[in-house]
Amino acid sequence: MKYADIVHRCFRCGYCKFTGDYTDFNCPAYRKFRFETYSPGGRMWLIRGWLNGEIKNSERFQEILFSCATCANCVEHCVFTFSEDLVNIFIAAREELVAEGLIPPQVRDYLKAIHVNGNPYKLPAAERGKWAAETPVEPYRDQEYLFYVGCVGSYDERAVKMARAVGTLLMKAGLSIGILGEKETCDGNEVRAMGESGLFEQLAEQNIRTFHDMGVKKIITLDPHAYNAFKNDYPPLGGEFEVFHYTQILAPVIGGRRILLKECPLTVTYHDPCYLGRHNKEYEAPRSILKAIPGLELTEMERNSENAFCCGGGGGNFFTDILGKGEESPARLRVREALDTGAGVIAVACPQCAKMLEDAVKSEGLEDRLKVMDIAEIVTGCLS
Amino acid sequence: MYSLKFDINVCQTCPTGDCLVKCQYLHLDRDTAVAEMVKIGKGEDSFVLNDCVTCYACEEYCRRGNHPFYLITEQRQEKRILTAPRAITRQWINIGEPQGKYRLGEVNKRALSFGFMPEFLSWVEGRLFEDVMPSYIFGQEFFCNVVYIHFAETNIIKERLPRVIDNFRKLGVREVIFLHDECYGAFAHLAPAYGIEVPFKPIHYYEYLYRRLTELKDLIRPLNIRAAYQRPCSSRLSSDQHHFVRDIMELIGVHLVERTYQDENALCCGGILGMNYGYDLAHEVQQRNIDDMKAHGAEACIFNCPACQSTLERLVAKQGIEPMHMIHLCRKAIGEM
Amino acid sequence: MTDIVQSLARIVGDAYVSDRPEEAYFYARDPGLMPPHKPDCVVVPKSVEEIQEIVRLAAREKIPVVPMGAGLALTGLVIPLRGGIVIDMKRMNRILKVDEMARHAIVEGGTSQGYLKAYLEKHHPRLRHSIPDSPATATIAANVMIHGQGRLTQQYGFNSDMICGLEVVLASGEVCRIGSGALSPDWFSKGPPLPDLTGLFLGWFGATGIITKIGVKLYPRKKMRDVEIFITDRDSLVPGMVYELTHTEMVEDINIFAQPKPMIFKDNHHITLFYTGDTEEEMEFKRKTIWHSLDRFIRSKDGGFMGVPPAMKSTLLDMPQRSVSRFADVKKGGGFEYSGPIIMVDKYPACARKILELAEKYDLGYSGMARIIGRSHAMMYGFAFTFNRADPDMMERTRQALHEVSVFALEAGGVFWKGTADEQKMAMQKMDPATRGLMGMIKKQMDPHGIMNPGNWEVTEV
Repeated sequence: MKYADIVHRCFRCGYCKFTGDYTDFNCPAYRKFRFETYSPGGRMWLIRGWLNGEIKNSERFQEILFSCATCANCVEHCVFTFSEDLVNIFIAAREELVAEGLIPPQVRDYLKAIHVNGNPYKLPAAERGKWAAETPVEPYRDQEYLFYVGCVGSYDERAVKMARAVGTLLMKAGLSIGILGEKETCDGNEVRAMGESGLFEQLAEQNIRTFHDMGVKKIITLDPHAYNAFKNDYPPLGGEFEVFHYTQILAPVIGGRRILLKECPLTVTYHDPCYLGRHNKEYEAPRSILKAIPGLELTEMERNSENAFCCGGGGGNFFTDILGKGEESPARLRVREALDTGAGVIAVACPQCAKMLEDAVKSEGLEDRLKVMDIAEIVTGCLS
Repeated sequence: MYSLKFDINVCQTCPTGDCLVKCQYLHLDRDTAVAEMVKIGKGEDSFVLNDCVTCYACEEYCRRGNHPFYLITEQRQEKRILTAPRAITRQWINIGEPQGKYRLGEVNKRALSFGFMPEFLSWVEGRLFEDVMPSYIFGQEFFCNVVYIHFAETNIIKERLPRVIDNFRKLGVREVIFLHDECYGAFAHLAPAYGIEVPFKPIHYYEYLYRRLTELKDLIRPLNIRAAYQRPCSSRLSSDQHHFVRDIMELIGVHLVERTYQDENALCCGGILGMNYGYDLAHEVQQRNIDDMKAHGAEACIFNCPACQSTLERLVAKQGIEPMHMIHLCRKAIGEM
Repeated sequence: MTDIVQSLARIVGDAYVSDRPEEAYFYARDPGLMPPHKPDCVVVPKSVEEIQEIVRLAAREKIPVVPMGAGLALTGLVIPLRGGIVIDMKRMNRILKVDEMARHAIVEGGTSQGYLKAYLEKHHPRLRHSIPDSPATATIAANVMIHGQGRLTQQYGFNSDMICGLEVVLASGEVCRIGSGALSPDWFSKGPPLPDLTGLFLGWFGATGIITKIGVKLYPRKKMRDVEIFITDRDSLVPGMVYELTHTEMVEDINIFAQPKPMIFKDNHHITLFYTGDTEEEMEFKRKTIWHSLDRFIRSKDGGFMGVPPAMKSTLLDMPQRSVSRFADVKKGGGFEYSGPIIMVDKYPACARKILELAEKYDLGYSGMARIIGRSHAMMYGFAFTFNRADPDMMERTRQALHEVSVFALEAGGVFWKGTADEQKMAMQKMDPATRGLMGMIKKQMDPHGIMNPGNWEVTEV
């Protein structure tokens, strides 16, 4: 296994489980399951035990490995020099399990669907661009930016609304964008995180080829997960593009008053997506958009920015739902934390977070008190 | 072993005794000064060997080409008169020990030397350094070791400096711009005093900054601030470069306040004084120094030496005076900070 | 055992009980060097009532129960030596009360040091507790149970001296309150003026009961905090230096360390002094007093205050000090263990020399680190060795070195702190027989079926 020379170096001191200031346990899997085995240290020790033949690949072991949301809280707070590799180590162990073919059925189904359909929803590629039908967004020809929407934004009912809001707003801002529609395929970020590195490379190569063929130079992504893949994992495979998350494009537009906004007396708390925040250190762009809206009060959750608590959807959990069930699911805990701020709106910048948190608001019975809105949706509602 | 070039006749015929008369810490008249220095030159005991606080200033005060401070240091070592607690000396000797952890940029004929102060790597960004970076040298293997004169340990210098020079030689550098003036002093001043040959041209970073600022004159926006300058002990080994302080500040529109403790009268930052002699001396000198900055309306205190800055920055900041290194001041003047 | 698991599931819920191999593997071990021993199952309860039911079940079935905080003692105290049920306490982590004016908090038995620190900083910024340098996940109850030490130990003694009450589940499953809380709503004293019954639990490692709530004394948190390091090359002078420093009554905490790496630390002993204040004037006055207290050593050139670089300063001022955990990876091997006898401060030179001798004999990376307890009343001297978990030979050498430390510490008049099961036996062998007998009687009365963390503090002849 890759990184096999590192796994024994975990002292299991547990800093990885916490926020930086120890306000709360911040590893989503540990927070839900509460056995040490589901914490980063637990995984490290179990992986070592498994590599040494002291424990076997079991359903429990698979659940432990695949419950990791790859949120990188452990990377942020581990005190050792190998901290940067923690998530990579868990992914490497998943790769071994995938290679053995012994993985949770949900993971298997996800990977199969991507392999066959190019998306996890088993829907035809022809429907990828359907979301744009009632928007001014056009197919990509030679526009300045490719607007890459991704599987969730293309097919998921909640996320489609977000894609429409972002696409329309980018057009309104005068940006030259186009979408690939049926030519778009999965970015592969979750495929990689779930340990199917071969399939990830195929997807990446396919996307890179398409982007090159279409003459794409600059990409705006809806989804921070795609942003992460394009920015960090595509370049070694020959995919060098200028990549932006849509909030990074909108921030100067809103800040520069190129779109006029009316007074919007909302109290909003912002939920950092892990793949925009901790993985790529973008904490400010989304906040600067919200702060630029007149009358909007931005109130922070106790755990924010590099200490933000993951919605529980990362690392494939959005699709496998290993972390999603029950009262102690990360999304429900996060929603309660948002409620404590007194905010009426949870602002999100990721279609997966949008769905996870909106479902959690329903499960908590808080529909009357909390709305989950994407940043573009908030801005759209504040257009003068 | 290399030996110090020192001529006792120069002291015996000295009309002023400036080396010790001007001393900020001993307060001697001319006759006592000359008599004590002659005693030291002859290898005899002198209270100066016990009372000197190692500020280096006498190296500058002597205008007759002798090396009073090196001599005091040699004699202290000879007589095992400790300047610092043993543990402090040991610690400093250990710190400077080469450990194979040096870092080299893309070194060519001209290079920046950081000694082993890693902070310089992040400081030397921007236009000022673009014509030399990334040609840099960092690590104990290239550390001048001059600091050991604070600890009366010239043997360490004599043993390590030739090896350091050899390391530079192996890199094939022709010109080395030293970002710590103690290193510059080592190669431009101390090495010749001991007859150690230096196979490259040492350049003080002040000279380099002045030249670059002149070249980038169009970018300069005068800073219009009143600044005090904290002159480090090591600057006494390169007093010929001291004029660049004023030259640079004039160029970038910084008003150097004319305070009591500057130029020849500069006071030690107190770092070494605290380590070697305890609270009272360090505190008194620091207090006097900072009061002087404040009394003369300094808005900023400009540092040459990162160690002085580390010692004094919190104390000056408490007085509402902004601590800043010369490199940052210059970068600020061209709009980079 | 399946029936037991089902019974436990009825108590805590299916999700919080496990007899799976994965949990058995993990909870069989701690990060130290003790051999693993698997539990039969692990539970993660949420309430004192659940713990009562678990203990009643265990008593009925004569199964061991082992309460566990973060499992960071390193000496195997939560390794279930006879199997049974490991009770992971960390779901019980509520802070139930903070009395600002009476300066105490009542917290549940699984509350971590880090969480209480964060909570106080946010809600009661003028209060603090004596936080140890174990990782922030360490629990307050477990730390007190092992007589841990913390930042305020030089001022107020062991962390277990800084408590004001306990709630404990006994081996019978009964729950009882210890201290003023036994008869008053106010938890202001752990014992006095009543008989102090905390001694029935503290230092027993869970062998007499499980702490479910704990009253923690809080202390003034000053606005400023700083650190100085006085260094000397003479170990024999350290006790005298500590005596002068403690005389000032101005130091928050005194830690001493000596280690060969990095080079800046080689050859010297470092007396690290923390001090606090509410104003610049208070800070400077304390700093001046602290420095002056050691003037004679500076004059004789026997020691001096080193310049503390900013990065080192922030590392030292960190609470808890994360750098302590980093020692585990010095050999790129993720392990360290220390034996930390509580011993007189005048034994510092002997301890410092012993660790050098052992490090050389067994070819190990080491750090000698002492924390002063009270005004020089005693110290914890940590003989810490770092090892590579992937190197069985190095691990064995570390075990041998630590065994030699145990023998040395006992001979030097020291008492094991959080001793391993073997060290507990060594201590009891050396102990006054009458004291040992008393301990045996207490244990027998408190735990008649021998189910409470068995293997610890077992007196064989009573």
